[in-house]
Parts: sequence; structure tokens; C-alpha cells
Amino acid sequence: MRINADTSVCIGAGMCALTVPKVFDQSEEDGTVVLLQKEPPAELDEAVRRAVNLCPSGAISIA
Amino acid sequence: MSDLTVPALPTVRERPLDPPDEVARLRQQGGVHRMTYADGHVGWLVTGYSAARAVLADSRFSNRPENMHPPIPGRFAAGKELRERGFQTPPGFFLRTDPPEHTRYRKLLTGQFTVRRMKLLEPRIEEITASALDALEAAGPPADLVQDFALPIPSLVICELLGVPYEDRARFQDDSKILVNLETGAEEAIAAIGRVFAYLHDLIGRKREHPADDLISGLIEGGELKDDELAGVSFLLLVAGHETTANMLALGTYTLLTNPGQLAVMRGDPGAVENAVEELLRYLTIVHLGPIRTAIEDVEIDGHLVRAGESVTLHLPAANRDPDRFPGGDTLDLTRPAGGHLSFGHGIHQCLGQQLARVEMRIAYPALLRRLPGLRLAVPPEEVPMRSDMSIYGVHRLPVTW
Ligand code: HEM
Ligand code: SF4
Repeated sequence: MRINADTSVCIGAGMCALTVPKVFDQSEEDGTVVLLQKEPPAELDEAVRRAVNLCPSGAISIA
Repeated sequence: MSDLTVPALPTVRERPLDPPDEVARLRQQGGVHRMTYADGHVGWLVTGYSAARAVLADSRFSNRPENMHPPIPGRFAAGKELRERGFQTPPGFFLRTDPPEHTRYRKLLTGQFTVRRMKLLEPRIEEITASALDALEAAGPPADLVQDFALPIPSLVICELLGVPYEDRARFQDDSKILVNLETGAEEAIAAIGRVFAYLHDLIGRKREHPADDLISGLIEGGELKDDELAGVSFLLLVAGHETTANMLALGTYTLLTNPGQLAVMRGDPGAVENAVEELLRYLTIVHLGPIRTAIEDVEIDGHLVRAGESVTLHLPAANRDPDRFPGGDTLDLTRPAGGHLSFGHGIHQCLGQQLARVEMRIAYPALLRRLPGLRLAVPPEEVPMRSDMSIYGVHRLPVTW
């Protein structure tokens, strides 16, 4: 799957980085989401879906 | 669903750890209900998980206080009275703002509360926890777990993070208690806010002269915020940092001590702690009255038309036990997948301090149980005074022995 992140919507709650640290990090500056991999390996699919569902702002989506 | 209007928000709990039975009964009938507010306004009460999540994520709902009707008399109604008398929410108190104002403040702060930053605080939080445990052991047995453990840990942590001298805590701890007390009247609230702000302005002045390596100094240096905004932001962080984790630690300990099977889970396996903390957050949902939002346009929620101007009270404890989302949710089960609970809210106001609170709880509960293997209540459970009178639930005191 391919992940999209919209930093203009992100509120830096950190649920993504907490859930899948291999894929998501947060910027040191304003805490918004940083994508470490845009197309993570399939074994992370389920965890990524969980992160998308936990994200409070709708900033991350999958295609 | 029922067409009846709920005459007033039910607040009396039959059992200390469960939301009022009446609220649970309403949730069985549906997730969204009409409800009469303390000022006569006919608004809404949301008891279902998916509806609560939908409202909190929807930008057509405002969090600005001037739009809000009070769901219960007392503190909330006093807030309305204050606004009618021209008293304004201090600038910088961004919890009660909407975008773009909210975004501006929040973006200045989120970088300070990232998962990674909070991880860096772990060693210091472990030290603080160990010294709180030393003090607790020196004070008892018996001792009050609130005063000697649950409050000092988050209090010292947030003070260090902000750069507020811990020795000054007498100047804001009592006032922050007054402000979360549901019975506080208008005059009392103005006086308490005035005292804390006088203190913070004074502190900000001192920091301007002698900056240090802390959050408030950093904000001053950033130059984005005026002094009254800085005071508002610091005020929000200070109160939110004090009244929340402290109550989770004390109420969580009460819950474990009265559920020996679950206590064994928390004690048994260090790998179980992360999830156990999420389940305690879900089961206890200490933000038990609100959040409240007001529609700024007509919005349809779960087939109900909420009209512009109508207030909606989100009942987080009820939503977090919605059987559609958490089957068997009235039972505490530290091994259940508890992620996705609404205890930190949802949407753009979702708790800024949640990763800090998680680190604090993941360290403090196991450390307490390790240090005092014989920990137990020093009074029968029904004699523990519950914080039914506060906007953040918990215990007023927790007499323990070991
Ligand atoms: C277990 C502990 C905690 C719980 C249960 C909790 C709960 C919440 C909830 C439910 C909200 C959303 C309110 C709303 O949507 O109207 C919130 C917001 C907030 N919390 Fe926490 N909180 C906790 C700990 C903390 C800590 C330790 C801090 C300190 C930094 C903090 C700072 C904040 C701030 C600044 C907001 C406002 C965020 C915004 O409006 O964007 N919280 N909290
Ligand atoms: S969970 Fe969502 S809001 Fe939070 S940091 Fe990640 S993308 Fe941003």
C-alpha cells in the first residue's frame, strides 16, 4: 500500500509514531507527521491501517 | 431511538467506576439524544462511540466557550455568567478555540510533545517516581497515595518541562483544584484565575530576564506569542498537566487494588503494561463530563439533524463502553485491545499531553507495585471519597498501607 500524509491537517498527536514507529515519525520542529517509508512492506499493512484509524485528524490515508 | 428529551444530564453514579446507569440505558436506545441544558437550551447528549467520534472530528462543531450552553448548573453555568458579564477566556487558552486560532497555538507546541521527546524524558520520570516512592515509604504506612505519590509525580514533571519552580506549587495547585471543581461559582473562579495569571505573568517576566532550557523560555525566545498569550498557554498546560495523570494514577491504583485478578496481570508481565494502561484509560475515562461542542452549521449525526447553535455533550465514559466498539466493555480486562478509546478525545483537540501521560503511567504503576508488593487499601473501598464533584474524575484521597 501507498501512504499519503497531509502535514497541513496533522495536529501532532503522535498516534501514528506510537503505533508504527518504523513508518511514521514526527518532525522535531512542529511535531507533524514525517513519513519514513511511503510504501512499507506488506507485513506492516495491518499496523498502518490501525494507525490511520487512530489518527485523530485524518492526516494520513492509504491508497 | 426515543423521541423523549432527556430532562437533565444524569450525573449520579450508582457504582463508583461505572457511568450512571441512566446514561448506559440511554446508550442502549441509541447513540444520540435530545437533552435539556441547565440554561433551558434544548441540545444533545451523545452516548455512542461512533457518533462521539464523528462529532469530535467534524469542523462544523465549535469549541469556543461563547457558543456553548452549560449541560449542568454550577461551574459550567458560572462560565456562561462570566462571559455575559464581559469576562473573556484568556488568549492562549487554545483548548477553547477553533482553527485557525487553534492551529497557530497548537503548532507551536506539538514539537515539544512528540513521542520521541517524551521517550527522552523516561530516565528523569523514573528518577522522579523513585523519589516519590521514597517519600511515600517514609510517610507510612499508612499513607495517602494521592498526596504522596499520584500528585507529586506529574506535578514535578510538568513543572520541570515548563520551567515552573516546583517550590511555587502552593501558588497554583489549590487554584487549579478550584477551577476543576464543578461547584465553583463565578466570583470564586475569577479570583482563582486572577491569582494564577498574576503568578504566571510574574514568572514570564523573570524568564525574560533569565531564560533557561525549558518550554516557557523557548516560547518566549520564539517571539510568536505576547505575554498574555504565553500566560494562557502556560496556564492550560499547568492545569491539564496536574489534574489528569494524577487522577489516573490514584484511581487506577484503587481499581487494581479492588480487582485482584487484574492487579496480577499488571504485576505479572512487563510486556502487558502498555496495553493495561490503555485499558485503564478506557475503563476509567476520567474526563467524565464533556467535552461539549456547538454546531456552527446544521449537521447530520447518525440520522439526527443538529441545528446551528445547538450544543452537544459528548459522554466519553458511555462511548468508551459502547458494546458495538468494545464488546463486554463494562468489564475491566487489561488484556483486551483497548486502542481507539476516546479518553484523550478525538479530532483536532485530541490531548496534546497524551504521550507524556502514557510515559508517566507506564513507569509509575509498575514501579509502585514493585516497590510495595503488599500494597492494599487502608480503609474499606466504599469509604474512599470519589471526585464526583470535579470535572476530572478520580479519588480525593486514597488511604493505603503495605
Ligand atoms: C491521563 C491523563 C490525561 C487525560 C485523560 C487527558 C484528556 C484530555 C482530553 C479528553 C482532551 C480533549 C478535550 C476536548 O476535546 O475538549 C485533552 C486536551 C488537552 N490536554 Fe489532556 N489529558 C491528560 C493528560 C494531559 C497532560 C499530562 C497534559 C500536559 C501537557 C495535557 C494537556 C492537554 C492540552 C493542552 C489539551 C488541549 C489540546 C487542544 O485543544 O488542542 N493533558 N486532554
Ligand atoms: S496520528 Fe495523525 S495527527 Fe497525529 S501525528 Fe500522526 S498524522 Fe499527525
